[in-house]
Amino acid sequence: MEQEIIGVGDLRAVAAAAYDHGQNSLLAMFANDERTLNGNFAIYCIFSLSQKPYFKVVKAELPDSAAPEFPSLVPVISAAAWYEREIHDLFGLTPVGHPDLRPLVLHENWPHNQYPLRKDFDVHTPVPVVSDEYKMEYVHGKGVFEVPVGPIHAGIIEPGHFRFSQAGENTIHLDAKLFFTHRGIEKAVEGLTIDKAFYQAERICGACTVSHALSYSQAVEAMAGVTVSDRARYLRVITAELERLYNHVGDIGNLCAGLGFAVGVSNGARLKEELMRLNEMVAGNRFLRGMVVPGGTAFDITADIAQEILSLLREIETDFSEVLELLRENDAFLDRVNRTGILPRQAVVDLSVVGVAARASGVDKDIRRDAPYAAYSDMNFKVPVYTSGDVAARLWVRADETVQSVRILRQALSRLPVGVLKVEIPAIQPYSCGFGWSESARGSNVHWLMIGENNTIYRYFVRSASYANWPAVTVADPGNIIPDFPLINKSFELCYACIDR
Amino acid sequence: MSLWGKIIRTGIVTEKLDEVPVPLRFRGAVRAGTQECGKCHLCCSVCPTGAITVQDGLLQVNDRDCIFCGRCVQQCEAHYLRDTKQYKLATLSGALAETAGNELRNKIRRVLNRSMHIRHVDVGSCNACDFEMAALNNPIYDLQQYGIDFVPSPRHADLLMVTGVVTRNLTQALMMTYEATPTPKLVMAVGACAAGGHTFSDSYAVRGRVDQLVPVDIYVPGCPPRPQALLYGLLLALDRL
Repeated sequence: MEQEIIGVGDLRAVAAAAYDHGQNSLLAMFANDERTLNGNFAIYCIFSLSQKPYFKVVKAELPDSAAPEFPSLVPVISAAAWYEREIHDLFGLTPVGHPDLRPLVLHENWPHNQYPLRKDFDVHTPVPVVSDEYKMEYVHGKGVFEVPVGPIHAGIIEPGHFRFSQAGENTIHLDAKLFFTHRGIEKAVEGLTIDKAFYQAERICGACTVSHALSYSQAVEAMAGVTVSDRARYLRVITAELERLYNHVGDIGNLCAGLGFAVGVSNGARLKEELMRLNEMVAGNRFLRGMVVPGGTAFDITADIAQEILSLLREIETDFSEVLELLRENDAFLDRVNRTGILPRQAVVDLSVVGVAARASGVDKDIRRDAPYAAYSDMNFKVPVYTSGDVAARLWVRADETVQSVRILRQALSRLPVGVLKVEIPAIQPYSCGFGWSESARGSNVHWLMIGENNTIYRYFVRSASYANWPAVTVADPGNIIPDFPLINKSFELCYACIDR
Repeated sequence: MSLWGKIIRTGIVTEKLDEVPVPLRFRGAVRAGTQECGKCHLCCSVCPTGAITVQDGLLQVNDRDCIFCGRCVQQCEAHYLRDTKQYKLATLSGALAETAGNELRNKIRRVLNRSMHIRHVDVGSCNACDFEMAALNNPIYDLQQYGIDFVPSPRHADLLMVTGVVTRNLTQALMMTYEATPTPKLVMAVGACAAGGHTFSDSYAVRGRVDQLVPVDIYVPGCPPRPQALLYGLLLALDRL
């Protein structure tokens, strides 16, 4: 992938031109410590374009100094806000002009002067626990009160802390403190071989296992210049759609839990279980772990397994459409989901929101179609788009996508090409970089890699769909009553593990 | 389609613990065979979590560290290592260990009276273990049929099911949840991160496995453990197998 290299002083102007008032979205932004290579820190911005070559990469070089800084992009690109806070936390590079430089990834327990993603930070360095106060945003005023929730929640869900500013039942502001499950994976894999680091990439998130494995593998393959076989490309599509299907079916069921509709919860969970058992039959793991690997796939889908998949799809198709009918006909249900948690189209553009959330607010983007990978260019499928931007729209986008996933699965299974499962990854030119992408059940998922000596990882950056979409939840929620938050949150269905890494 | 029509047509889907066998490709615990090992020890070097070690010339596989990726078995040219498809790998420790003595074990089980209330604590998981715990509530496993249930607060819990490798950012939450749980309390380390702690190698953001911070009474290996493996661990703790 070509990259435009600029001085840090030009970053804002060049990025604003590439962003073109939201015509192109900011797909990812991250830093790299290249001081031992060329004396500089680097800030990379990846923009997605509407046509080939699909992406534009801008690299700004930032000379090392006692207090390195770069012009913040937030005044021109709101979506840069989280990326820059993360760069500030992990690299100690200051975005000048950023309106909110509270810590993001490293919480108040982390000292101010340690930057773990710099190359001269040894992972074994003992880091003292400091106890600063983490300032949550809240609204002042007569009668306004705060409701704190989390990080340990009432259900079986991941940890996050939410602070609601309430005027009676109505939420007037929501601030979220996330990154509780930050495991430092990007640093942990540095120095590991591509093969070994893969197992951590695959374990960033359970529900997006295949998507992470795909983005990682495709990044490696792009750098190595290898082409996977046609059969492996098709097997990858099948695996990715199986992942989308169990997620969407489970998420629709789970959304019913947000409003106490037990029949919906129960049926969704039952069908999800059927699909996860199918996954276990295909890959030996209910999350399809170990199926997609760098160079291709680890297992084949035999004619017998293909038949099993097709026959379960036939059953699920009818069964699930009956469940959806229960929702479509139920006024009590519709009353709760219609016009609840509206995410305006402009917010999707401003925050570079991706996936289901973007498509439910009238923005037609799906990286499977827009920048095809694996065998998606051979598949005939529609990308459902709704315009109301509410909980219902996100629900129906998922519902329609399950139909498309079944359609893709049938196409891929009916014309599986012959070919080897896996090709070897040759030695990769040290310090070359590349990235891979895929559409998870939540949206586009980007992995960027720079390879060091002997096929080891020099720098790894992951931007999952949830990372782009989390800030949108805090936009969609205010104006709704607080009991609708679980519903709104579930309609976005974002992973914490994915963003926290 | 009416609501009642759908409920009646679906019928009862609940299964017994061992009703459905594991599928062919399921790997399960890795065990060393009886024939001579080639002594190449490639398995030890390819294992992403360092779960395989050599002790007195023999290979030892640590189930708690294992992420069940199958890489060692693929690499073993002597076919000495093999998948056993075994997923019932939970072990008892702490207050439930053999060495803790029958009196304590029986007392805990008497207090629990064959029933148990669980609070989930995610201390840095990838959400796979969490999803499998949530699956226990689906109508197929129907956890409540065993008198076991998830509760919203640690104040109501007998057992903490802890998922994930303990991160810096969740250490306080784990300690406060543990303190908030009334005694006698049990802790289950769910999955390779919580039980073994080596899934994400060395990191500035991770403290380690759960028993480095609080005492653990039940370890359930898996990445993630299948719902049946979790159920097996719960029933083992209650001596109800």
